[in-house]
Amino acid sequence: MTSVDFGTGLTLAAILFVIGLAGVIARRNIIMILLSIEIMMNAAGLAVIVAGARWGQPDGQAVFLFILAVAAAEIAVGLALILRIHHRIKSLDSDDYTQMKG
Amino acid sequence: MNLAFYLAGAVSVAASLLAVTRRRAIHGLLYFVVSVLSLAVVFFVLGAPFAAALEVIIYAGAIMVLFVFVVMMLNLESGTGKKEGRPFSLRVWLGPAGLSLVLLAELIYIVASGGQGELGGVAIGPKAVGLSLFGKYAVGVELVAFLLLGGIIGAYHLGWHQGKKGS
Repeated sequence: MTSVDFGTGLTLAAILFVIGLAGVIARRNIIMILLSIEIMMNAAGLAVIVAGARWGQPDGQAVFLFILAVAAAEIAVGLALILRIHHRIKSLDSDDYTQMKG
Repeated sequence: MNLAFYLAGAVSVAASLLAVTRRRAIHGLLYFVVSVLSLAVVFFVLGAPFAAALEVIIYAGAIMVLFVFVVMMLNLESGTGKKEGRPFSLRVWLGPAGLSLVLLAELIYIVASGGQGELGGVAIGPKAVGLSLFGKYAVGVELVAFLLLGGIIGAYHLGWHQGKKGS
């Protein structure tokens, strides 16, 4: 177990997660929304790492690798979708996407 | 080593806050890179050097390049000629550079004081993580491989249609 307190690490993860959540809710630029989602994923990874360090097991880092892969796949598809929607509706403002049907 | 943790954590919170509040996406990306780097320092202090290295390589290296690529491709500010004159004014890069300097000082301190030995806990190296990944979590690795394949095909499919329409 490291010298860092378990609760302190989880608190840091919670703060980062809330920052990302606030970004997702408050921002309208869709790239910034994706960026905020990345911040939230980072926070989740931090929580997992802290838990792994707390019990001194490698499982935390293994699960962090899974989170990393999920984030990479999500970003690849998300950015492709952004390119696509910017091609169709010349806007990155998520309030402008009002004509999605079917 | 508590000090290193708190300092990197504070830098990460500050950089994340600045990242989500920037007006332009590229400035937010700049701060997000700093946030990722400081989180890597946090991981290192927590005794996860492998995760720290991957955080830098994959997040700051690969995902950020994708983001920057898309932002530049979309050419968000249409008046490109105006920005060419001063691509990065002092005000833009001073914040991320200052936060990065804090991280650099911390890194130098950690390395100078003996690296891992100072942590006071057990550092879990890449070997243990690899054994765990391909032993206990072998099914998970396969599933992640499926997911990444799906991501590749999805991104390719979405990009392909756009190219066809554009030409």
